Amino acid sequence: MSILGTRVVRTEDPGFLTSGAVYTDDVQDERLDGACHVFFVRSPLAHARINAVDLSAVRDSPGVIAAYTAADLVDLPDLPPMMAMIDERMTQPLLARDVVRYAGEPVAVVVTEQAYQGEDAAELADVDYDPLPVVVDMSDALRDDAARLFPVAATNVAATFGDAAKFDPGLFDGCEVVVSRTIENQRVAAAPMETRAAAAVWGDDGRVTAWIPNQGAQGTRGSLAGMLGLDQADVRIITPAVGGGFGAKFGADPEHGLVCLVAKKLGRPARWAESRYENLAGMTHGRAQRQTVTIGGSRDGTVQAYRLEIIQDCGAYPKIGAILPSLTVLMTPGPYAIPRAESAAVAVVTNTTPIGAYRGAGRPEATAAVERAMDLFAAETGVDPAEVRRRNLLPPFTEPHTTAFGAVYDSGDYEAALDRVLAAAGYDSLREEQARRRAAGETAQLGVGVSCYVEITGGGSEAGAPHENGTVEVHPDGTATILTGTSPHGQGHETVWAMLASEELGIPIEKITVKWGDTDLIPEGGGTGGSRSLQQGGSAVRQASQELIEVARKRAADQLEVSPGDLVFDVAHSQFEVAGDPDAAVPLAGLAETERLFVRSVFSAPGPTFPFGAHVAVVEVDTETGKVTLARMITVDDAGTVINPLLAEGQRHGGIAQGAAQAFLEEVVYDPDGNLLTATFADYPFLSATEVPSFELADMATPTTYNPLGAKGIGEAGTIGATPAVQSAVVDAVSHLGVRHIDMPTSPQRVWRALQAARAAQPPVVADTVGEGTAEKDTAERDT
Amino acid sequence: MKVHLTVNGQERSDDVEPRLLLVHYLRQVLGLRAANVGCDTTSCGACTVLLNGRSVKSCTVLTVQASGQDVTTAEGLATDGELHPVQQAFRQEHGLQCGFCTPGMVMAVTGLLAENPHPTEAEVREGLEGNFCRCTGYHNIVRAALTAAEMLSNAAPEGAK
Repeated sequence: MSILGTRVVRTEDPGFLTSGAVYTDDVQDERLDGACHVFFVRSPLAHARINAVDLSAVRDSPGVIAAYTAADLVDLPDLPPMMAMIDERMTQPLLARDVVRYAGEPVAVVVTEQAYQGEDAAELADVDYDPLPVVVDMSDALRDDAARLFPVAATNVAATFGDAAKFDPGLFDGCEVVVSRTIENQRVAAAPMETRAAAAVWGDDGRVTAWIPNQGAQGTRGSLAGMLGLDQADVRIITPAVGGGFGAKFGADPEHGLVCLVAKKLGRPARWAESRYENLAGMTHGRAQRQTVTIGGSRDGTVQAYRLEIIQDCGAYPKIGAILPSLTVLMTPGPYAIPRAESAAVAVVTNTTPIGAYRGAGRPEATAAVERAMDLFAAETGVDPAEVRRRNLLPPFTEPHTTAFGAVYDSGDYEAALDRVLAAAGYDSLREEQARRRAAGETAQLGVGVSCYVEITGGGSEAGAPHENGTVEVHPDGTATILTGTSPHGQGHETVWAMLASEELGIPIEKITVKWGDTDLIPEGGGTGGSRSLQQGGSAVRQASQELIEVARKRAADQLEVSPGDLVFDVAHSQFEVAGDPDAAVPLAGLAETERLFVRSVFSAPGPTFPFGAHVAVVEVDTETGKVTLARMITVDDAGTVINPLLAEGQRHGGIAQGAAQAFLEEVVYDPDGNLLTATFADYPFLSATEVPSFELADMATPTTYNPLGAKGIGEAGTIGATPAVQSAVVDAVSHLGVRHIDMPTSPQRVWRALQAARAAQPPVVADTVGEGTAEKDTAERDT
Repeated sequence: MKVHLTVNGQERSDDVEPRLLLVHYLRQVLGLRAANVGCDTTSCGACTVLLNGRSVKSCTVLTVQASGQDVTTAEGLATDGELHPVQQAFRQEHGLQCGFCTPGMVMAVTGLLAENPHPTEAEVREGLEGNFCRCTGYHNIVRAALTAAEMLSNAAPEGAK
């Protein structure tokens, strides 16, 4: 029986559960003996000129070994933006030089013998700042009179995608109904449980070895080499266990480079583990788009035209967040057959923490926009929101479908996903219960939100088509080792890569070791992100295993003095047998005795894949307090063939929770001066166990032909579907009171205000009047 | 200051700085690094250990406060290489992904089940409110806790606990 498709528990778990996994701050290595500790002095201001930095009191503080400012790093160039499409003048110094551009930006480095001493000493840093005008809001950044973060660039625009000036003025001609609204896709914190960290030591050969929690050691090596002015060959990244990434641990940050520099300057190993405050202020945030959607069509619920205009907040230094709107633009129409659609984005810098990738990275924003538009359109036409979606979904297809935006959807059956989730949710009964509560005028109103999505996973890179390498080696003792260019940090590659190899080699998964993240061992790799790992890395492992069998077959043939074609590989016994002569057999492991038996293989996919699904959220909203309770989440997430349902479900659960959390709970907040108000877990409303229900998952699997596994990505699907479903449910709960939109997060305050505004805008409503009239205008509210 | 405490059944005596947090004592002095530090505000629970059988956040206990007491960490749960039922349940139900919250979560569940051996799902969620997880959406953690409750009640005859 095949192990694939079965609920195999993780082989990596026992260590995690007993001694705990070894994260960067846990690493014990003789190369790090006697390490000093690095602490950063961070700017308390969002935008200011630095007149002087006096570290004399710092240097006199107990345990201080050294302290550095930007003046000590003059030989290092500023970091250029990572992509060619970003304004090249918006560069970032490792340590702020002359100007600080966000609260939390590193200004000085303190190095101490003990970790506690750094925090004490850093308080003695005397930095003389002259405050500069602050740009906190992304729309303000576009104003002619806005302060410029980079005066040399003379603009706050970092990048543009499409051109709103070229929009078709007649796009909505002929539409009976046109609705438009500006909506927030608010800034959230990635907030992996493990904060950023680093440990570094230099060898006599001029090479640096750095332990850094990351999502792809090879990419981190490239970032770090760039910062340090080194050849990539002179940087070795070792990846300890990684306590969550969610997109924010790709590459390397200035702090990682600075830890390496300290180790070099002092000639001794250096370590850093940041506090949660530093993490919330310094690690890249996610999302941060302001979107204006316009949707038009006929009164029967058929959508004819859709327009999406995006402002992307990049934060103070444009990083990958600056180019994520390109993915949002690519996915503009989502799963819908909209005859006319157009979109454009402008990415701007502001005096806030830089924006990076966050679970979904550009695609949740596209789904949120089009799903909100569908709801607005449904409310205006009076057609049920689920029915509006059904009417406009693309029909099922098995041959790739190319959208007007150039996305090539590999396979999909969107209506089936919608039908399945509505059935699993008991949609009609939910609507009945909702009608009952409305008629009764109950305080706890029921809201039902529906979302449909298609997303893009396993995308290519500048290096070409999506690909990944895998190496499989069989050892004489019957064990095997897999080297992978992916980089698990919770996804369970150790188990699943072993399952894939076991299936081909007949070696039990307990005897298979999976290695990743050491660039000296695995020089190439794309890491883990964009839900690419199984479809590319897993396919590479399978391919390498199959090729290894063929290499072994030749050896076995030589040994048994038969033709390779006469040999059958018996997976159950992991041995080659001569057809028709059961006594003549040679075990696979035995073929590794005289010569190493391994194959490195690169799997290339014809393109990215497009998982899809549909979510239903059920909420209760207290119409007196505005409090939202998430009662149910029902989802269909079709990611093609599932290799380990236990782990795939885990990915869905986590994504659903994070997506839901964005909708009704989480938000990074700055005050008008650019002070971060959500700088601790006491202030940032991180989702807890009491705020979500158990999730109801319905299965659906439409395989892709783009890889031999039939698998698409599952890591981000939950996030993409859940956010709009939950937001929609909250609005739906109070839509009969005249509310048409509430921005995320749908906090009690926002819901309550929306209700107050709706009540003030219209005469008391009949409780069961749904979706009629013109009440949508002005009932939305946005407070930033 | 001199402290005397029992950690995972072993007597310890150490001289520590008065401000040394228990979690740092465990990690740095004893080399017990299962408990993690995930925040600065006693919010996340990654550092949860048992103090005299009750779960506490070891980032908010001074080592000197723990003197004379009994500390159990995730390292001390398994016996003779056999996972504790709570650990087994976490594995069986896929109650962990990146694993950073896991040792604290396991100890929080252990503490919870000691106080309430047969919790409802709502009681589990309430009991774990102070332990954050970014990966699992809590779904499988809750299942693990309920499964562990079942395993423990099957294993222990009435009144044995």
